[in-house]
Amino acid sequence: MSDYNFAYLDEQTKRMIRRAILKGLAIPGYQVPFASREMPMPYGWGTGGVQVSAAVLTPDDTFKVIDQGADDTTNAVSIRRFFQKTAGVAVTEATAEASVIQTRHRIPEQDLRSDQILVYQVPIPEPLRFLEPSEVETRKMHGLEEYGLMHVKLYEDISQHGDIATAYAYPVKVEGRYMMDPSPIPKFDNPKLEMAGIQLFGAGREQRIYALPPYTKVVSLDFEDYPFQPTKADHACDLCGSEVSYLDELIVDDQGGRMFMCSDTDYCATRRRQGHVGTQGLPHKEDAA
Amino acid sequence: MEAHILEGGFANIPIDAAHAFRAVMTAMARPGEIFEISGAQPPAPLSVAAGAVVLTLCDPETPLFLAGGFDTPQIRDWVTFHTGAPFVGAADAMFAIGVWESIPFPDLARGTSEYPDRSATLIVEMDALTNTGAVLEGPGIKDQNYLSLPETALFQENARLYPLGLDFIFTNGGNLAALPRTTRVS
Repeated sequence: MSDYNFAYLDEQTKRMIRRAILKGLAIPGYQVPFASREMPMPYGWGTGGVQVSAAVLTPDDTFKVIDQGADDTTNAVSIRRFFQKTAGVAVTEATAEASVIQTRHRIPEQDLRSDQILVYQVPIPEPLRFLEPSEVETRKMHGLEEYGLMHVKLYEDISQHGDIATAYAYPVKVEGRYMMDPSPIPKFDNPKLEMAGIQLFGAGREQRIYALPPYTKVVSLDFEDYPFQPTKADHACDLCGSEVSYLDELIVDDQGGRMFMCSDTDYCATRRRQGHVGTQGLPHKEDAA
Repeated sequence: MEAHILEGGFANIPIDAAHAFRAVMTAMARPGEIFEISGAQPPAPLSVAAGAVVLTLCDPETPLFLAGGFDTPQIRDWVTFHTGAPFVGAADAMFAIGVWESIPFPDLARGTSEYPDRSATLIVEMDALTNTGAVLEGPGIKDQNYLSLPETALFQENARLYPLGLDFIFTNGGNLAALPRTTRVS
């Protein structure tokens, strides 16, 4: 650990990131440009989230990393070990025990407390980017609060598919002002964006940081006759039986067999430890997983 | 330069700055709540809290404006030695430090419609900081919060400029509270 500065980044870089985080919190949903650094991992592996975590962590923190809800994927394990090594922080897989949670594409099922911080890894921070490729133009659109293009996109969804087909990275409006990409979380998670914890978003390749203070008003875009609906697979978890959690669908053989399981592994494991069993699950004691 | 100017910085820079930033960030995310911050021993009249904020956020990239009685050789030397921040007039400042009455508010940067983040952050030294007085509402506040603000009119005008505007950090001794431009004050 002594080979690195605390939390890997040098102090001047951390100050620059910290100033961007403060302006992000002061202007919720606005994307603050920052001088993203090269990190010892490729772009697309969470370099934005890692830089925000490095600027936020203290040695007293307990750190958790999830990748689409799971603590045990390669990306989550390597980022967790990175800060274990460079910041000396305690790590956990339990949502309730973590003080800082870095996430890729999910919000934990369990409600976060006011003393918890959620750091998102963001690939494309600009919600209008796929509709308008020019940064000059999208910046102007945010300045003028000109968001008609996104409503046309959602309308075209309805006219072509009969429904709003956007299922993840579903655009939201923050405090009635800025349109924001909540990162590619499923739209099932959108209602949880109004929470007690502090939410920070880091996009490394795109060099943007944005934030949501606790209890910030976040509204998913919709139409009066096509109201926003947070959807999930119409099924219960086959391992823990939960009917309210977001599910992954897993193909289990080449005969078309499939099962549904919670995407949030800590939530699922906690429920199984409490004795809940799904239709394909085994009672906790015999469950090697 | 006097020898004591060299003292009073963070003892363990990465760790002290991490704790100090967590306090500043939580304060900015939860407007009106008062937090402790420590680690700095700046020359008077700069408080421990204001000194720690400067050490945490300022460096050669952040032009700094010292208002009124805070523009002293001791403070200039201390800030220069520990942060390297350049001193500028109010109009060019990214950070401004002073007591409420001495700050030239009209001169400070509010940002632009395309870059509202290019605005000044004020570090305001207070005689007292308590959760009484003005009512605060807005992002970061569940229902309502209270803070002993010097006035309300300027904050109401500031909030009307949203998304442009100034952001405030209030300091007193080892305590700080923050008030971003989003907070509605009454």
